[in-house]
Amino acid sequence: MMDAHKKRGGWSWWYLLFVIQFAVALWPPFYNKMEPTLMGIPFFYWFQLLWVIVSAVFTAIVYFATSD
Amino acid sequence: MQDVNWIALSIFVVLFGFITWLGFAAAHWRKGDLDQLHEWGLGGRRFGTLITWFLVGGDVYTAYTFIAVPALAFGAGAVAFFAVPYTIIIYPLLFLVYRRLWHVCHKHGYITAGDFVRGRFGNRWLALAVTITGIVATMPYIALQLVGIQVVIGALGISGAGWAADLPLLVAFVVLAAFTYSSGLRAPASIAIVKDILIYVTALAAIIVIPIELGGFHKIFAAVPAQKLLLAAPGPHTTGSYGAYATLALGSAFALFLYPHSLTGILSASSGHAIRRNAAMLPGYTFMLGLLALFGFFVIAAGVDKLPEYAAGFKQFGNNFAVPALLLHSFPSWFVGIAFAAIGIGALVPAAIMSIAAANLYTRNIHREFINKNPTDKQESHMAKLVSLIVKAGALVFILFVPTQYAIQLQLLGGIWIIQTLPPVMLGVYTRWFNSWALLAGWAVGTFAGTAMAISTKLTPTFPLVLDGYTFPGYTAVYTVILNLAVAAVLTPVFNAMGAKSAVADQTAASDYFA
Repeated sequence: MMDAHKKRGGWSWWYLLFVIQFAVALWPPFYNKMEPTLMGIPFFYWFQLLWVIVSAVFTAIVYFATSD
Repeated sequence: MQDVNWIALSIFVVLFGFITWLGFAAAHWRKGDLDQLHEWGLGGRRFGTLITWFLVGGDVYTAYTFIAVPALAFGAGAVAFFAVPYTIIIYPLLFLVYRRLWHVCHKHGYITAGDFVRGRFGNRWLALAVTITGIVATMPYIALQLVGIQVVIGALGISGAGWAADLPLLVAFVVLAAFTYSSGLRAPASIAIVKDILIYVTALAAIIVIPIELGGFHKIFAAVPAQKLLLAAPGPHTTGSYGAYATLALGSAFALFLYPHSLTGILSASSGHAIRRNAAMLPGYTFMLGLLALFGFFVIAAGVDKLPEYAAGFKQFGNNFAVPALLLHSFPSWFVGIAFAAIGIGALVPAAIMSIAAANLYTRNIHREFINKNPTDKQESHMAKLVSLIVKAGALVFILFVPTQYAIQLQLLGGIWIIQTLPPVMLGVYTRWFNSWALLAGWAVGTFAGTAMAISTKLTPTFPLVLDGYTFPGYTAVYTVILNLAVAAVLTPVFNAMGAKSAVADQTAASDYFA
């Protein structure tokens, strides 16, 4: 019983995906550029929109990996 | 201003009529005893994953967001896109921190952040600080929602002199106040579904139709001045716009779920699972918000700000008129009616949740704590209903008699203030290590320093912190919450040694924080 509690309330390695999500989103030098453009949209804009989708997928992965 | 657009106005009025009916009918939805505060003010904690998605979406992505983010892109360019990383990083916070908060609040019947802090730390003055901060930060937020309605009403061509000019806003306000009073949180929860369908339809149509009209994204981005397309690369000895962009995103994200209305949305969920699922589903809105931000560039490319028919609108509402003008320019009247209704209804949903959240705070953490300690359920819910009216009336008076600029500046200060409740609320979910008086001292220092820094920068969000010859322009809220934490951490052992401990024990147990 105590072990189950510990596992569900504590740290999971899957949370590292959140760290990646944070680090990329909060590091503007990484995406503050025009090229490559996608359908005429500068990298700055399409990359951040793409990162929204990647982040949602990461969160879903963590959800399924940590729920029992 | 342009003539009244009768077709758009008719559709706008019909949709408004529909959500008015829906708001009242919602009282019977998943019926509960509305004489209990958790039924009126939290919808009985009955909302599953999908309704929570709509409700929290209605909280976060408000009418003002839809107007102001593209307006910022139109005026200032790339920096407006900080709303995207901001709304990327809120969801892991929701997933990790707020699931725990949901569990402990569910277990102990807490309705507000003040309830949780009171129970966790046993210090009613700390709870009062959290409560007052929440109410004060929420008020200008409600006022800004009314600005959103004002802009679309103006764009429909309705204008007049004196009282007549304010009449449509008054009508919208009375409708909002009445259905919130009678149905509580069920009203915005049901209306949020309609609002979101309308917003998604509008956004999708606009993102497809307008670029085709304008000759493709190539032409749109070519029309935007180069210095607006990217963040300015920082010069030597400064983190420049990069630091500002990242800290704005970070600070806004941490502040968001500390706002009372966000917490109301979260606590009304029926399970911790619903919260965690929403963390993965809510980015759907973020994606749309990113698309909406691009509307600012569509406005530049379409050149609507230079067309004579919209000159009066831009003069009256400034850049906030950019999106309405773009929609008027690009779509037939019937669709403009739908789009404007989406924005108008998008203002009512968060305004209703905000007034309910403020009412819950006053009722639970001020009235019950300091004035009437043993109210009946009925007295408590009646008090909350009454306060929700007072809060909205206050916001209305503010919008009618005070320049809009003040509401925007107060909203900015509100973000700096609300983040000062992070240590007791968000860290409180994990630890009770901090001394409650040290937390109160940290809150006071952070609030004071944040206000002073914001005033020193003439009420702009970023403060140029200078350290050892380097300049770090960053969001004031981030700097001051770090100061707040440092004060709380340093004073905790000091106060503990002085014996200034809270007499009341922690109501919560470690196992209350997860399923």
